[in-house]
Amino acid sequence: MRFVPLILAGLFRKKTRTLLTLASVMVAFMLFGLLQAVTAAFESGADAADAKRLLTTARYSIIELLPLSYRARIETVPGVVGVAHAEWFGARYQNESNAFPVFVVDPARYLDMYREFDITPEQRAAFERTRTGAVAGRRLVDRYGWRLGQKLPIASEIHPKADGDMNWEFDLVGILDADDPAVRGNTDMVLINVALFDETRQFGKGRTGWYIIRIADSSQAKTISAAVDRLFANSPDETKTQPEKEFAVGFAKQIGDIGALISRILAAVFFTILILTGNTMAQSIRERIPELAILKTLGFSDARVTALVLGEAGLLLLLGGGAGMGAALAMLPGLNQTTGGRFPPLYVTESTWMIAVLIAVALGLAVGLPPAWRAHRLRIVDALAGHR
Amino acid sequence: MSAEVADNGGPLVEIRGVTKHYRRGGERIEVLHGIDLDIPRGDFVALMGPSGSGKTTLLNLIGGLDSPTTGTITVDGARIDQLASGDLARWRAANVGFVFQFYNLLPVLSAQRNVELPLLLTDLSAGERRRRAAIALALVGLEDRARHKPRELSGGQEQRVAIARAIVTDPVLLVCDEPTGDLDRVTADEVLGLLQMLNREHGTTVVMVTHDPKAADHARRQLHLDKGTLAA
Amino acid sequence: MRVLLQIAQITLVNLRNLPQRLGTSLVVIIGIAGVAGVLVSVLSMAEGFRHTLASTGREDRVIMLRAGSDAEMSSGVSRDQAVLLAALPAIARDAAGRPLASAELVVMVDLPRRGQTDPNNVPFRGVQPAAFAIRDEISLVEGRTFARGIREVIVGRRAARQFEGLTVGSRIAFRDSDWTVVGVFTSEGDVHESEIWADAEVAASAFRRTGFQSMTARLVDGSAAGLADLTATVARDRRLSISVLREPEYYAKQSKVLSTLINVLGYTVAAFMALGATFGALNCMYSAIASRQVEIATLRAIGFGSAPVVVSVLIEALMLALVGGALGGGLAYLYCDGASLSTLNFDTFSQVAFDFRVTWALLGQGIVWALVIGALGGVPPAIRAARLPVTVALRAA
Repeated sequence: MRFVPLILAGLFRKKTRTLLTLASVMVAFMLFGLLQAVTAAFESGADAADAKRLLTTARYSIIELLPLSYRARIETVPGVVGVAHAEWFGARYQNESNAFPVFVVDPARYLDMYREFDITPEQRAAFERTRTGAVAGRRLVDRYGWRLGQKLPIASEIHPKADGDMNWEFDLVGILDADDPAVRGNTDMVLINVALFDETRQFGKGRTGWYIIRIADSSQAKTISAAVDRLFANSPDETKTQPEKEFAVGFAKQIGDIGALISRILAAVFFTILILTGNTMAQSIRERIPELAILKTLGFSDARVTALVLGEAGLLLLLGGGAGMGAALAMLPGLNQTTGGRFPPLYVTESTWMIAVLIAVALGLAVGLPPAWRAHRLRIVDALAGHR
Repeated sequence: MSAEVADNGGPLVEIRGVTKHYRRGGERIEVLHGIDLDIPRGDFVALMGPSGSGKTTLLNLIGGLDSPTTGTITVDGARIDQLASGDLARWRAANVGFVFQFYNLLPVLSAQRNVELPLLLTDLSAGERRRRAAIALALVGLEDRARHKPRELSGGQEQRVAIARAIVTDPVLLVCDEPTGDLDRVTADEVLGLLQMLNREHGTTVVMVTHDPKAADHARRQLHLDKGTLAA
Repeated sequence: MRVLLQIAQITLVNLRNLPQRLGTSLVVIIGIAGVAGVLVSVLSMAEGFRHTLASTGREDRVIMLRAGSDAEMSSGVSRDQAVLLAALPAIARDAAGRPLASAELVVMVDLPRRGQTDPNNVPFRGVQPAAFAIRDEISLVEGRTFARGIREVIVGRRAARQFEGLTVGSRIAFRDSDWTVVGVFTSEGDVHESEIWADAEVAASAFRRTGFQSMTARLVDGSAAGLADLTATVARDRRLSISVLREPEYYAKQSKVLSTLINVLGYTVAAFMALGATFGALNCMYSAIASRQVEIATLRAIGFGSAPVVVSVLIEALMLALVGGALGGGLAYLYCDGASLSTLNFDTFSQVAFDFRVTWALLGQGIVWALVIGALGGVPPAIRAARLPVTVALRAA
């Protein structure tokens, strides 16, 4: 600790230079924080996945429908403790296609399945009771300024009513929310009660999009998945059952090359920072060779002088990195406000912090080692005599 | 390392058969040839000689900044000619104070912090370090300049801060390389007076390189070095 | 005129001194090259994606979907409707009098990327025989086309490149049976190159479909009047609840979300990097000036004005920026141009493959960004240099 003032004094010997360098390091880490938050958002589905939930879809295409009668049959499979179902509504709101996801669900079964969504018991009861009922995620409600009890006019791009009309109307009876940011992203949706929908729709009556299965023991996931699929093998509607997490990971992987691209951008950013900061450090140490020689004269050992230089580099990166991550953190609420509902919530995960610290330390070493080595080898007699 | 070796009553610095060679661009340069020298405790030696005579090299050897090619150097009973650089650094921190021609203060630190610098290597508490630095600054008459940065001080003041830094650890030996080389006559006399005072009143042994005969007059005795040998 | 001469002289002095500051100058160049490189690469991706969708479709062709649908995936066209639509007089006919209309069904099939195992939604399109006559941009580059009534497919060039097992002669298993890949086609780089094509009837039976998703057709009259005529006819027919869109209009809509995402990503990243590089350039130019303080002061002492000093510092910054911008753009061109990638198009929920396209416009944009960074990084140090009192600067020698 006693050397910290000395390190700080060295670091801020040329204030403008150090502040500018700090600023560029900060920008790099801010970018890192933000881009990692984007990646985390892409993967949040997998984070929020519950190991005790399985998804059953049509075997060959997730957009094909399955008979509603499957529910009772799935419930007979040993180890299954709950079954819910959902269907893609294909919403168009205010003339915007897929402005938000809308799912047709059996309210009680669905909310039992997703216990992580917060809803008051009164609103839940209203949703179960109201045949035209709908509930929406908090972020959507805020974005569109909806009020409880109002009519939600949502058109479907897939499902016409019996009379061919594509325009539907539901009653907003509840609001979904969640504390965990990974889960909150999953509440960016509207759920509508299947009761009236199934009665009114023109085609696909008695069918649904997919099943969500709760199992008692997550270690049985594979066995139970196989058992469910066996039930419907060789029928016109074969199924494919997999753990929710696998499904979400598979979906995130579809984004594929964009994720790799983000990593490459970050590599370019940090390479640039390495060069920039490395040059500044080298320059700063070069200018201070006589001062370092004095420290050695006063009895500072080679190792200690080396440590001082490394400490300076490390502090530069950690200060800049910390400020950058802080800035990213500060920007996220605003970003989430503006993208609310369109994009899953951005958030900085613990692993992002850990990686940030690792990068800062690694860059600190990379930037600090060459000048530190120079300081280490520095011979007092030469340095004082002006020989470099 | 044996700084605590008992006082054997002999000279503080004992130099026997010391030579020093350098290699510069493949060429071997012999700077010192067989120096024998004793410096008793409480002495104030002025080391004189033309440029290139090897006086700074000899001073660096005495101060433990460099090691001789051959020969032995004993300071306060401890052999320093064979020490590895880490041990030598520790030895310097405990035993020697340095004063240079260009003061060599750290520009970013206040006078107080500059003086405190060598104490960072001790186990002293922050408060004790501050107290000792204040005493050293008072001793050189700069207690009211403690918060000033070097560039806010005059040359003479800077050199006095440097002297305070040199004595703050209470070293057995004060090594000065042209301490007045960059100062005007009046200021130089002030600084030399200060060194004399430290020598007389505190018994600090001083070895000073200078090419200025007037500066050398402040010493108890003068040694002349020419082409790498002592001219008695 | 005299001012210009002064600028030239000072700039020359500065540049002659450049080799001594090589390290710092290189840092500015690399920093700015990083910004320009990333900007150009990301935007070339956006450009490639835009190009792929923009080059899909022709003005004289229409795609017909169920009324209210924006995408084939959520659309449905029954067999009866398909027959009615194809018979409309606004639809062009070939020499033999057959309508140039193809009712098509699209399903998603799961294929892993090359060298991976995770499934991706790859569009599988069943087309009627007229599909090739309608889309004359399609041509086979390898093998032959599928035979009617048999489980054979041809694959788009990009799909073949991105996904596992799509080489001519290989067999892929979807649904109950195997399909044989018999050919690879191109379609001038458009979105169909990410698809797998088969005979509509075979696909319908294999995927147990009764209807189609869409119908693509060529108009007799491609003008606005021709389109309006068709739209009106369709609207009059009670049996048809169909919307008619020009192909280019339809495909432009399909790219909205992903285009926006890539553009926002590209510009945000570039803007932040530019900010960081500006700090770096400021640093460099400040130290350049510090190291030349005496020279500048001497020039001022012998009568050079301060404007030439400012301009010459700025010129140096801009030259470094220009080199950096060109370097970054060049690297982006070398590494990205023509490289292909595939990702999920959020509008269609299916994989779309496209190439990075580094255009001259993008390279120009990279240079402009570089010069702006150079100017921002050069001006404050230049002003400091000009303001420095001559005596102070000389004393610092």
